[in-house]
Amino acid sequence: MVLPNIPLSPAGSDEILRPVRPWFVIATLATAFVLNLMPTSGVALALKPDFLALVLLYWCIQEPRYVGVGIAWGIGLLMDVGDATLFGQHALAYAFLAYAAEYFRRRVLRFPLWQQAAQVAVLLGVCAALVLLVRHVGGATLPRWTYAVPPIVGALLWPVISVMLQWPQRPLRSRAGL
Amino acid sequence: MAHLQVDPPAFFRRGPSPLARFALFGLLSIALLFLDTRFRYLETVRQVAAVVILPLQYAIQLPQRGVAYLGDYLASQRALNDENATLTRQLVAQGPAVQGFREAQEENARLRALLELRARYRGAATSVEVLYAGHDPFAQKVFIDRGADAGIKPGEAVIDAQGVVGQVTRVYPSVAEVTVLTDKDHAVPVRVERTGVRSVLFGAGAGRPPTLRFMSPNADIRVGDTLVTSGIDGTYPPGLAVAQVLSIERETGQMFAQITAQPLAGVDRSQHLLVLEQAAALPPRPDEPAEADPAMKAGKGKRRAP
Repeated sequence: MVLPNIPLSPAGSDEILRPVRPWFVIATLATAFVLNLMPTSGVALALKPDFLALVLLYWCIQEPRYVGVGIAWGIGLLMDVGDATLFGQHALAYAFLAYAAEYFRRRVLRFPLWQQAAQVAVLLGVCAALVLLVRHVGGATLPRWTYAVPPIVGALLWPVISVMLQWPQRPLRSRAGL
Repeated sequence: MAHLQVDPPAFFRRGPSPLARFALFGLLSIALLFLDTRFRYLETVRQVAAVVILPLQYAIQLPQRGVAYLGDYLASQRALNDENATLTRQLVAQGPAVQGFREAQEENARLRALLELRARYRGAATSVEVLYAGHDPFAQKVFIDRGADAGIKPGEAVIDAQGVVGQVTRVYPSVAEVTVLTDKDHAVPVRVERTGVRSVLFGAGAGRPPTLRFMSPNADIRVGDTLVTSGIDGTYPPGLAVAQVLSIERETGQMFAQITAQPLAGVDRSQHLLVLEQAAALPPRPDEPAEADPAMKAGKGKRRAP
């Protein structure tokens, strides 16, 4: 009988990962989309990170052939419709996120998990800044300083998300091999 | 020393490079944004997509509403009794005012008929409940639980017990979006209740009090004055309380006074709202008067003899 191991850190260089299943990618993106649309208020609203951006960033870094700029753009359009905001603002931000992920992916993957989180914070911050720029040019007022908190919360969640989403790809451990 | 290689050598054909793809999709996004802000071409697309997304949003909300319902159900007996007693006291206290109101209304109708003024607005109202606030940190919007199926139309005024909350901006089949009056550049025509001075109240974004723009520095207005809707333009019915003047700054040399006002309604707190049906359409605006004297104009155009 083969047992899956519950990981607490991402796969080291000695583990060979199993291939990712497309339905898993779609399921995680759909869950992140649903979480994004969940209505919150008060402190939770100020702290809620952009789950879809975070999961999208993870898949763009890990599986650039499956999730690229085009798919990220389409997902951004879906998010725009769900959020009832300007059509195209999230699309632009997510397309940029996918491009940056593809450009920086090898660099990001070399670092340990918490330093990766710092770089992810910068990427998510630029994504949020793009949305802010688009709305400001369109005539909206600048938001309060709490606008900068969700990218940081998202980056803090990066290690958790990274390990959780990689879990199905971990090699199974046979009882004999323990 | 060779620099760090980021892209692998192109052994496999993978289509256009990421930068080219990003350039294409970036331009496409900007085009969509332009179309959406300037021309509103994408409203039908949004309506179609909303048919799919909004039921999903409603389903996501169900656990939260279930918990709230349970919380209400399990509220303590004593709290309910206290609330009951307070409300009964308030009801009794308002008794004389309510009884006198009907008489005052009839007298008002007679006087207005005498002066041949148009009948005041007395249309239908739909009571709604706030579902959730909009996600967007740049716009102040709330979503209410009635939509096209209850006869709500875009442009109708939304009020609560204390005053005007905003205006319905988008209507979906079973949900409607209301823009709150604190949204940036949302305009409400108001007049000062005490003096009758007319002006327009503009929203200024989240956390900032709305401002009265273009008021001359010598207008008769004081801190604490109540602003009510003036009914001009037919958007908001007249006489609804809107805000209370918070501060007035009159600086010599400035063309207009800087006046801020605090909205009276619980714009970010109210749960139960009322949507007022739009008043009967106003008569069309008369055309501008024709040019004054054609003969004079011909005289001006006479050429001088060379």
